[in-house]
Amino acid sequence: MSQTSALSRTASTPDVAFLKKKAAELRGEVIEMSHRTGSAHLASSLSCLDVLTAAYWHVLNIDPAQPTHEARDRFILSKGHAAMAIYATLAYRGFFSRDLLETYTKDGGMLAEHPPANMLPGIEAATGSLGHGLPIACGHALAARVKGTPGRYRVFALMSDGECNEGSVWEAAMFAAAQRLDNLCVVIDYNKWQATARSNETLELSPLREKWVSFGWDAYEIDGHDIGAVAEALASVPNGSGKPVAFVAHTVKGKGVSFMEDDNNWHYRAPTAEEVVVARKELGLS
Amino acid sequence: MRNAFADELTKLGNDDSRVVMLSGDIGNRLFDAFKDKHPNRFFNCGVAEANMTGLAAGLAMNGLRPVTYTITPFVTTRCLEQIRTDVCYHDVPVTIVAVGAGLAYAGLGPTHHACEDISFLRVLPNLVVICPGDAWEVRAALRAVMKQDRPAYIRMGKKGEPKIHKGEIADFQIGKAITIADGADVCLLSTGNMLPEAIEAAKHLAEAGTSAKVVSFHTVKPLDEACLSEALQRFKLVVTLEEHSLIGGFGSAVSEWAVDSGFDTRKLMRVGTPDKFFKESGEQEHARERLGLTGHQIAERIVARLS
Repeated sequence: MSQTSALSRTASTPDVAFLKKKAAELRGEVIEMSHRTGSAHLASSLSCLDVLTAAYWHVLNIDPAQPTHEARDRFILSKGHAAMAIYATLAYRGFFSRDLLETYTKDGGMLAEHPPANMLPGIEAATGSLGHGLPIACGHALAARVKGTPGRYRVFALMSDGECNEGSVWEAAMFAAAQRLDNLCVVIDYNKWQATARSNETLELSPLREKWVSFGWDAYEIDGHDIGAVAEALASVPNGSGKPVAFVAHTVKGKGVSFMEDDNNWHYRAPTAEEVVVARKELGLS
Repeated sequence: MRNAFADELTKLGNDDSRVVMLSGDIGNRLFDAFKDKHPNRFFNCGVAEANMTGLAAGLAMNGLRPVTYTITPFVTTRCLEQIRTDVCYHDVPVTIVAVGAGLAYAGLGPTHHACEDISFLRVLPNLVVICPGDAWEVRAALRAVMKQDRPAYIRMGKKGEPKIHKGEIADFQIGKAITIADGADVCLLSTGNMLPEAIEAAKHLAEAGTSAKVVSFHTVKPLDEACLSEALQRFKLVVTLEEHSLIGGFGSAVSEWAVDSGFDTRKLMRVGTPDKFFKESGEQEHARERLGLTGHQIAERIVARLS
């Protein structure tokens, strides 16, 4: 593993105006990607983009030129169906060329509809089957302790609310609490919808923050679209409690485009050319 | 086999700081020596095999060499998707070690039987599947998988099986079957804990005037093609033995290979468990007798087939 330079932590105060602009650009990009390819999960990508932007442009101790640096912070998109969001994020952050986004879903390409294993710089784990990211994240977090990695990197796992249906999530939650993995952080993109129904009407998640607290985590509710607040929250990990940290991030599925917001048809629908124009205008993009 | 595993793992852990032991809340006192020497590399992951397996993948992604361990159905079938997706798809060096292969835990009932795991696991890309024939093969297999850089499955019996090898197997290789005894007429290819039955069958066959070669075919994937090729050319009957379903296991793997390689498959005979749950109480010896898996029964079937 080549490690040409040490990584450094980002500044302590988030540049909210910059982050908002970046998030809008990424939203524009994934809307275009969905339109170009007719691919699903646009709304799921839009709901988590403020979290991704805050993480990759403010929180994470990373160097895109050294994507496997031992001391890097790890970010695992456990909700792998938001692949468009992580692809756009990694490309805009410099892990790979933006041109590669043009190959999304194309025959023979590397950007499938769920993130692949061992292929793209910055993709820490292949996800898509829900409930896998947090156990893997536990492994990353525990490895830092076992190996005594200098700097004790942090590990972030972004999960969907529907994903909390999976039993493996709660197995991992109990393990992380028992091992006091305080360098581990979960963010739940709590957009209140799963693929075909309201999440709380499917399997009752509520009260979600309290569930994480009762599982031994230090848990908080945050506004998942208040990008400055998200940045500050994630940057606080580890927070001195000695516990893993969970942020239940209240979000809106399809966030950023009025006619997509909280409309679950956009879990599967892709926008028309006309809808792309309107959406970009709403996002303040030309 | 179980105690040999714990002892060998402790030794490996002494020499290699990457070795991390994950237990699914099993093996009370079994890992005391490992825990004593490497307290920061032993984790009881509880009765939560999906997490244990995903966790192992995450550890392996960071250069560690985790071993997951519990009773066979729980460390294989319960967490099959984690093995497939987290371990095999990422192609990371996790070693899955199962105790209680086949009917080793017959008395515990079908929840604890494992006659399907070879079938489930050998279909997974990147995974090496090893079924050691005795405690010495367990030790050798464990050492061998730790030297490679890929996922592996080691399917053990339980404790106290007869030791077949005289001592340490210096030239053990993954994918290279071991000849236990040579013979002239039939070839018995045994995988895993059926090895003592294969040797017993050869004795009975000798008494009936049939000379049998006995092979410990410890690696089900990748197959030792040279051994199979030689056996199918040289012997009038080649018999696969496994304490596993006839659907999808070792005998299936050999049959598939023989068909694809253009061999005369009329020379093949398969011994394994039927497509049924074994619901009777009783220990492994009883179950084997009921299912026709003992050495003398296997010999009788071979004699009948040859006549």
